[in-house]
Amino acid sequence: MSSATLGSSYRKQRQLLTLGFLIVPLGLLGTFTFLPLATMTGYSFQNWSGLGADRQWVGFDHYIRLFTDPEYFAVFGVSLYYLVGTFVQIGLALFFATLLSFKIVGRQFFKGVLFFPFLLNSVAVGFIFLFFFRPDGTLDTVLGALGLEGQIRFWLRDPSINNISLAFTSVWRYMGFNFILFLGAIQSVPPSMYEAAELDGANRWQQFRFIIYPSIKRIVQLNVILGVRGAIAVFEIPYIMTLGNNGTETFVIQTVDTAFKFQRFGLASAMAIVLFLIIIAISLVQRRLFATESAA
Amino acid sequence: MKTILYCVALIAVALPGFAGPQSEAGDGSITVLTNRTDLVDNVFVEYAERFASAYPDFSAEFEAMTDYPGIVRIRMNTEDYGDVLLIPPTVTPQQLPQFFTPLGSVAELEQDFLGVTEMAFEGVTYGIPVSINAQGVVYNRRIWREAGVTELPRTPEQFLEALRLIRDNTDAIPYYTNYAAGWPLVQWENHRTSIAGDPDFVNTLAHTDAPFAPGQPHYILYKLMYDIVAQGLAEADPTTTDWESSKVRLNNGEIATMILGSWAIPQMQEAGPNAADIGYMPFPSNIDGQVFAAAGGDYKMGINVHSEDQEAARAFVTWFATETGFAVATGGIPPYRAEAMPDVLRAFQDLGVQFVSNNPPRPGEEGLVEEIDRIGEIGLWEPNFKARIVEAALGNRDESFDQIMTDLNERWAAARREVLEQ
Repeated sequence: MSSATLGSSYRKQRQLLTLGFLIVPLGLLGTFTFLPLATMTGYSFQNWSGLGADRQWVGFDHYIRLFTDPEYFAVFGVSLYYLVGTFVQIGLALFFATLLSFKIVGRQFFKGVLFFPFLLNSVAVGFIFLFFFRPDGTLDTVLGALGLEGQIRFWLRDPSINNISLAFTSVWRYMGFNFILFLGAIQSVPPSMYEAAELDGANRWQQFRFIIYPSIKRIVQLNVILGVRGAIAVFEIPYIMTLGNNGTETFVIQTVDTAFKFQRFGLASAMAIVLFLIIIAISLVQRRLFATESAA
Repeated sequence: MKTILYCVALIAVALPGFAGPQSEAGDGSITVLTNRTDLVDNVFVEYAERFASAYPDFSAEFEAMTDYPGIVRIRMNTEDYGDVLLIPPTVTPQQLPQFFTPLGSVAELEQDFLGVTEMAFEGVTYGIPVSINAQGVVYNRRIWREAGVTELPRTPEQFLEALRLIRDNTDAIPYYTNYAAGWPLVQWENHRTSIAGDPDFVNTLAHTDAPFAPGQPHYILYKLMYDIVAQGLAEADPTTTDWESSKVRLNNGEIATMILGSWAIPQMQEAGPNAADIGYMPFPSNIDGQVFAAAGGDYKMGINVHSEDQEAARAFVTWFATETGFAVATGGIPPYRAEAMPDVLRAFQDLGVQFVSNNPPRPGEEGLVEEIDRIGEIGLWEPNFKARIVEAALGNRDESFDQIMTDLNERWAAARREVLEQ
């Protein structure tokens, strides 16, 4: 390659390469996110049974129905259990990540143990916990061995605690994900800072409070945003374990039932759009809150 | 740098190719979609060989999927949904000609096959049942005998009495709801026809505003479900039931009774060493002493209207219905009239039970009941309101059985108005 053409050739190559790298992710994003979103928005203004071309335009009927019938939004109450669960989950993940970032015996093993549930398939987790919660199942056996027979309940049958049981399952299932994010962030703190702090006589709590937490604040915020979104859009665990029956129905289960059990794709699309807007609104509010916090 | 460019270009070119291999159209090799994930690697492999030797020009390949109706409905929005497939039950009669090849007139096919009216539109059949299920109650004979039940119940009250005897005199769970799986609750819906004893009953639903009113078949049917749970005759915790192990437990006598179609009989027999203990009885109801049992087609097998192997597909559908013996092997009544009834069901007939199959909808009313059901979000064939009844019986809800029925009636009436206005 002669030096005279090097400049333009380099620029051309760079443009081509940028384009080449972008085409795949943008193509996937467009095909599997924006295109379905656009068609779904279209469906939400129509009556459609999910098959064939027979669709009628109904305007805002589905949205009016959603906002006038309190039944549709009542299910958000169930999300509160998962919202509380989310904060427990983030707290535990942060605790374990901090603990395992120090040099303790068997830390590699425990990292694996804590992350393992996240690698499991949700269906498998659902079935494990169905056996865990059934009468004379794992949980009852453990309680019995500890002499706590008096605490045994119908963990899924009793509507006053079944959502707690499910939220617990969800915490067990997803904590590994928050944990690994925290651990990664904590490990990016240069070790020299701990050494300096130790020389100055800082204890573990002070190291966490003044070194670790400020360095991973962004990741904590990210986890909270992801967690709150997750709590609003819970689906897998309650759907696999209880089908959303017995007072465990969430908004997404309701949407899926509307579409795939009652074949009302228009109404279900409207529900999905409403959920989408709610999540966008909450994300914006959270961003605003965090923004003012970091400015202060 | 060049290598990277090549890679990017390669990926871009290769992307459309991800669609995967497709069988050549029009060469006589067909794809058959099926819901039987349990049979696709054994029985259906043998079927494929038998089909190929019967028709040397053709060959068949099976593709099984879990959540069969859900996936196939989505695929039916393209032209690629196999050559031969089981018609998803939610397809309405009006939609049939748009998706499936006509197999012949109802009048003509009826001479050889049962159940050809179930997927028909304007006198033309689009699907032949793979099997006809008789509906009834599968039970463990030994437990029922040990409990001291001497005569099979013929009313819901006698059925409850028998379950109470089982509760008091044996260690078995009298009735197992299988609530957690959802679909076993849906099996109950078939018995509206057993209770009504009327092949036109389902069609009359389109003309009533209160199908769940006291005295109506649906009320009688689900009152029994409610009473079983409310009187403590079902398992202690319905929310953690497990279908696979329930088969073993019915076989060994830990569970006494379940309401399921006749397709369940061979599965219960094969679940353990006590095949001889498995019995099958009609739903406990009668009209002036005559006991009726609902019978209806399982999935109906049809041909994709877009298939380019119509000849091979048609040969396969006929061959499957007449030559395989699939229905008898899976506990059903063969749809091919020339074939004999399986043993368990012959005994069923010896009891003097009369089978009732639903008549096709009246002309102009095709799909009407389904549409009301859909718009009202009732879910006759979904577990939702059945689960609600079980929960109410457990005391988990602030509503009584009658309040649930009233709510369903109101929704039915409102949806019916909406549908008739359209």
